[in-house]
Amino acid sequence: MTLNSKIPNGPLDKKWTDYKDHVRLVNPANKRNIDVIIIGTGLAGASAAATLAEMGYNVKAFCFQDSPRRAHSIAAQGGINAAKNYKNDGDSTFRLFYDTIKGGDYRAREANVHRLAEVSANIIDQCVAQGVPFAREYGGLLDNRSFGGVQVQRTFYAAGQTGQQLLLGAYSAMNRQIASGKVTMYNRHEMLDLVIVDGKARGIIAKNLVSGEIERHSGHAVLLASGGYGNVFFLSTNAMGSNVTAAWKAHKKGAYFANPCFTQIHPTCIPVSGDHQSKLTLMSESLRNDGRIWVPAKMEDAEALRQGAKKAIDIPEEDRDYYLERRYPSFGNLVPRDVASRAAKERCDAGFGVNKTGEAVFLDYAAAIQRYGKAEAHRKNLHDADAAKITELGKAVVKEKYGNLFDMYMQITGDNPYETPMKIYPAVHYTMGGLWVDYNLMTTIDGCYALGEANFSDHGANRLGASALMQGLADGYFVIPYTIGEYLADDIRTGAISTDHEAFDEAENKVRERIQFFMNNQGSKSVDSFHKRLGKIMWEKCGMARNEQGLKEAIEEIQALREEFWKEVKVPGKADEFNPELDKAGRVADFLELGELMCRDALNRNESCGGHFREEYQTEEGEALRNDKDYAYVAAWEYLGESAPVLHKEELNFENVKLTQRSYK
Amino acid sequence: MNLTLKVWRQSNANAEGNFETYDAKDISDDMSFLEMLDVVNEQLIEKGIEPVAFDHDCREGICGMCSLFINGRAHGPLHGVTTCQLHMRSFKDGDEIVIEPWRANAFPIIKDLVVDRSAFDRIQHAGGYISVNTGAAQDANAIPVPKQNADEAFEAATCIGCGACVAACKNSSAMLFVGAKVSQYALLPQGQPEREKRVLAMVNEMDAEGFGACTNTGACSAECPKEIPLSVISRLNREYIRASLLSKD
Repeated sequence: MTLNSKIPNGPLDKKWTDYKDHVRLVNPANKRNIDVIIIGTGLAGASAAATLAEMGYNVKAFCFQDSPRRAHSIAAQGGINAAKNYKNDGDSTFRLFYDTIKGGDYRAREANVHRLAEVSANIIDQCVAQGVPFAREYGGLLDNRSFGGVQVQRTFYAAGQTGQQLLLGAYSAMNRQIASGKVTMYNRHEMLDLVIVDGKARGIIAKNLVSGEIERHSGHAVLLASGGYGNVFFLSTNAMGSNVTAAWKAHKKGAYFANPCFTQIHPTCIPVSGDHQSKLTLMSESLRNDGRIWVPAKMEDAEALRQGAKKAIDIPEEDRDYYLERRYPSFGNLVPRDVASRAAKERCDAGFGVNKTGEAVFLDYAAAIQRYGKAEAHRKNLHDADAAKITELGKAVVKEKYGNLFDMYMQITGDNPYETPMKIYPAVHYTMGGLWVDYNLMTTIDGCYALGEANFSDHGANRLGASALMQGLADGYFVIPYTIGEYLADDIRTGAISTDHEAFDEAENKVRERIQFFMNNQGSKSVDSFHKRLGKIMWEKCGMARNEQGLKEAIEEIQALREEFWKEVKVPGKADEFNPELDKAGRVADFLELGELMCRDALNRNESCGGHFREEYQTEEGEALRNDKDYAYVAAWEYLGESAPVLHKEELNFENVKLTQRSYK
Repeated sequence: MNLTLKVWRQSNANAEGNFETYDAKDISDDMSFLEMLDVVNEQLIEKGIEPVAFDHDCREGICGMCSLFINGRAHGPLHGVTTCQLHMRSFKDGDEIVIEPWRANAFPIIKDLVVDRSAFDRIQHAGGYISVNTGAAQDANAIPVPKQNADEAFEAATCIGCGACVAACKNSSAMLFVGAKVSQYALLPQGQPEREKRVLAMVNEMDAEGFGACTNTGACSAECPKEIPLSVISRLNREYIRASLLSKD
């Protein structure tokens, strides 16, 4: 199968408008006869569910949590980008498009990214109308902050809980449709297979996680908004339940998986504290607006810090190495995430790490507290404020801006970040790769769509901060409602899809067989023990830096681990009851297959770009060295069962931006 | 440190439950409370005992999925902290820790420490929204909102829907939860057109779900991990009375 991205003709800034003018529509009476299944109720899923139901489609929405409001979009902290130019700092749709393409290291599709930038402003309008309480200035208008990789202020925010507020907005819109009967919500349900009838996605097999019942659900289209797969690393900033299962089942049924090796390692997370660790916690990128990142310039100071003989405040200013400001003077602490993460790793690998494991750098607010304190004293006409007063005023400003993040840091580490610099280290955060989709967001299976983090389309090899929320809501509120009509217009005479078709029998039987296997297997090792081992392989060999030898080893190790898993895994409890261990077993089984594909993809891509850093390919200064001649393509993998997956290439054509060495110096 | 856990075990909604005692050995200060339970569960699995079921997801204090009544307090001993953010440095060697599920008629137990909080969702279905279709919004800056109102609305909107307020209340009242949502919209211009209808519908559903009455004791706010202020309840009362007088329905 050749990949057809279905990008509309015409100039870049007219494509989406022309597309909307000519896309096929489904009239209101016919929408009432069409059912749409949506997996996941994060920003993409909830916004799609609400909007499609408003339009008149019958929606069935599924989430594994006890309420759709708990989807992991809720944990996004810093903000959402939009090209509003409210700050009058020269922002525009084109600049947002350009920053996103460049930030993604030229591995995203121009047309999709431009569409994203075009609808970004509508998202903010929609959310405000829903009652999302964004941060405001004293004049009552919306406030903005800066994020990494850009030189304008276009990020809208609600303290450190922007994702929560946006998700609760989408959840409220969905609730209105649940009340009206247009959305049927299935909480504590997990999709365990996709059902394909006559070449089209026509339903799912789902498990009721409370009763253990296996259910059949049919629809005219299936939308996967099931999020990313960062938990393949075991330790990540994802929620414990975040998983790849829905997307992976679709992959095994024919949906190509694109750029799986593009994972984002976020630079500002709380470092690992021990083997018991179950997850990692992000400290918002917004903290890099005001915080300064440093390590000691002298090796002996770093050693003293690691042994606890010195504290951060004992290191004088001249002995500190603000390495981001040193290496990247024009962007400083606000370089993109991949660059900031690698720079932290470089310093720590060189022996300048500041905690007992040697894997941490400082994020320091002392200068910001002074700066804000002086500004506040000036604003309040306190011209003779002493140092203590200025510090007090500064801390109050920092508390207002970042209070919840500082509290969280204090809870987890026991340190007070108002008094001493925070310690941070990169951690797995987001996955740019995902199911391959065309311009309509349809996968390579007819009628099966992927939205939000579950697809690959907009962020290339590195996502910019505050763009995930933008993409999730763009896909759900403003893209899929149009593009799905193009497909469903052919389904107006189909009528309800029966769940008696043999394709449902077959899929259900396979699901039941697998559950029975887990329940009957006489293994001795817990699911988590395998997940942790997989995570370690992935982090060490397919993490922040990769090389050919390591990736080849990883593939073999994962294959061996997978074999051991099927022999040795132990799942307690029963199948027909609430059994989280059983659910986890299925998810880890899928991660064990995905992990290998990620390594294969990383091995295939003989270049460094964005979050994918192959040690063999770097500039003399240690920056990522792209190979546009050979690798300016999307790597879309086809699943072939026992045989090795087959690579399909979608060439990326850049007509509106010039490919350059990405520089933030 | 070594601890003794007394954990509520109940195989399903209809079964009878009881406390079981488990040892938690070699627990470090840096562990979160849920990581301590992970360790205990791994040991139970090894021994062939079914692990303790508990709800959790984000483990960073924002999704609202974790619960647990720890030593008689919702989300444990600290103020303004969810169970997943509670760390073992809050306990000391030799402590006995009693762990129970949320107890409320409106939150039936599913298994062990897991309860069904869908009543909260149904209250939101009744009116926890502003009726605006996608695409129908005007420019986001068209209506200025005074910063103070926006901040206050935000404070109310930070509720994570965990149910600690109900668990902490002697009457299992949901007034803090409902008050938070009603306050958020009542404070914003966008919330005005449906202001009366919303509060009446949400309170009606709250009562129908079997949540108890409010006596203004304040345990809900004191135990709320997001420190939602008690003032949302006074606003809810005002809004309810106002709507009762003004409603044209």
